[in-house]
Amino acid sequence: MTNMNLYSRGDKLFVIVNMVLIALFTISTLYPFIYIASLSMSTGFEARAGNVILTPVGFTLEAYKRVLSEPQFWISYRNTFIYTIGGTLMSLAFIIPGAYALSRKQLYGRRFWNLMVAFTMWFNAGLIPFFLNMRDLGLLDSYFGIIIGFAVNGFNIILMRNFFEAIPQSFEEAARMDGANEFQVLWKVYMPLSKPAIATVALFCIVSRWNGFFWAMVLLQDEDKIPLQVYLRHVIVELTDDVAFATTLINAPYSMETVSAAIIVCSIIPILLIYPFLQKYFSKGILLGGVKE
Amino acid sequence: MSSDPNFTGPTTEELVFDASEATRRRRPSRIVKVGDHLKREWQLYLMLLPTIVWLIVFLYKPMYGLQIAFKDYSIFRGVAGSAWIGFEHFDTLFNNDQFLRAVRNTIIMSAYSLLFGFPVPILLALMFNEILNQTFKKTAQTIVYLPHFISSVIIAGIVITAFSPSAGIVNTILEWIGVDPVYFLTKPEWFRPIFVGTTIWQEAGFQSIVYLAAIAGVSPTLYESAVVDGASRWQMMWKITVPSIMPTIIIMLIIRIGNLLEISFEMIILLYQPATYATADVVNTFIYRQGIQGGQYDLAAAAGLFNAVVAFTLVMTANAISKRYSRTSLW
Repeated sequence: MTNMNLYSRGDKLFVIVNMVLIALFTISTLYPFIYIASLSMSTGFEARAGNVILTPVGFTLEAYKRVLSEPQFWISYRNTFIYTIGGTLMSLAFIIPGAYALSRKQLYGRRFWNLMVAFTMWFNAGLIPFFLNMRDLGLLDSYFGIIIGFAVNGFNIILMRNFFEAIPQSFEEAARMDGANEFQVLWKVYMPLSKPAIATVALFCIVSRWNGFFWAMVLLQDEDKIPLQVYLRHVIVELTDDVAFATTLINAPYSMETVSAAIIVCSIIPILLIYPFLQKYFSKGILLGGVKE
Repeated sequence: MSSDPNFTGPTTEELVFDASEATRRRRPSRIVKVGDHLKREWQLYLMLLPTIVWLIVFLYKPMYGLQIAFKDYSIFRGVAGSAWIGFEHFDTLFNNDQFLRAVRNTIIMSAYSLLFGFPVPILLALMFNEILNQTFKKTAQTIVYLPHFISSVIIAGIVITAFSPSAGIVNTILEWIGVDPVYFLTKPEWFRPIFVGTTIWQEAGFQSIVYLAAIAGVSPTLYESAVVDGASRWQMMWKITVPSIMPTIIIMLIIRIGNLLEISFEMIILLYQPATYATADVVNTFIYRQGIQGGQYDLAAAAGLFNAVVAFTLVMTANAISKRYSRTSLW
């Protein structure tokens, strides 16, 4: 397959066309990001005129100054960190011991518990019942509600469980013969052995928390508690139609578009920074989780 | 022995009774076994407990609350205390124009999404597979997976900006070729293409990973013998690769059909507006507006139940058809 000399002329044409198509797809994926970055550094005047295509026109960082001078931006950034770190730690605290227990052959009713977990992946009660449940639990408009309400999901449990199951049970037996209780076995033996799986689950949680906006939007009222994505939505989707905001734009060096672009860039940077790690663990992760299920 | 009148030992009956007693004493009772098990393994159950409790409190308990779809829900009376009204909500829904429109839109958008969105990851995987230059391949993959990790809000922001009437790049290009600018996101006829295109852009790259993994599992000897038989890469792609990954494709299709109605309504909420409800409003956005914003919890819950039942039926049907015609199925 890798020896091009064995390729006929038709094949070589095929390879070239293929490469061109992939290159086009790749460029079309990349272009929107470049476009937004350029917009964010252009003047409002040029942006409104539609002159920005590939590079910034009339280079200015005024849009960024506007975005970063808004206290609500920093408050929501802080909140996102709280939800992401708190949420991920909470998830790991539930998922790791739970998955470990589910992976032990001596667990009574193992099939039943596993079914209970898997079932939640296929059927859920829906938007309204979930919302009403959160309300009845008094978890509306609270940090704790957001952190605990989304801590567990079946996919991560199964992924972690599969990984634990793949570790020979002799490790557990040996440790227990040495007098360890199950907690110590998990903490001292199985967890160090499962670092890749734990990293994968942690990354799934981090991405999901960082990007999550719908339930944060629905469950939170207090502006001081909203995460970055909800604030973003407010700026990008709602402010577009806001008359009061539009008047502040009239003589400003920035415009609705450059401000939106700048805030997008500010929100994207953390994900871009951890992207190399994400790529490595995610592709392995979905296979790990999907295969045995 | 038993015929001897002076024998004072145990009778046959007593012997039999003694023997079975001894056996019973040696075999511990069921309760004792469970007790022993718990004494030894209590820590495992303690580890499992938080997860199970969480599932019950956050995922199973709402299923109990789902019954308000059949009740006239009142906050004061709670779920149990509210009056039972049977299928009245469903009756209301099916006579409601907005709901019917939402159902229609859901079906149409799902169909588009399936028709255009499902093949793209497969084609991408096939194309990636034919790339010889590993550096080019890896770089392209890295770039193409990226949108999946970006939040829907940001993606929507990019789309809104790019399609905006005066400043957006799309309209700039249109002006170049002499076409008048269009305020795309206010036009119902443009919503579906923009929505489907956006979701493909966001997810197709990442979704190709599953197919790439499947392709990697195809035995190289198949290709080698095809080369000997004089097959071209094009022929090999369609006659070897595709048939080999067909089971994966079918499973993914079944899963996709199951999720059909769950159409990423987050993206719709971000991109739609009252002017485009005619084509953009789907069942889930209807539920969001009526239920959470409008407070009509019971009606919205009924709509949600309808959604879930249809989705379930779709998956079962797809699975059954698949079982009958190919040997692949989800279960």
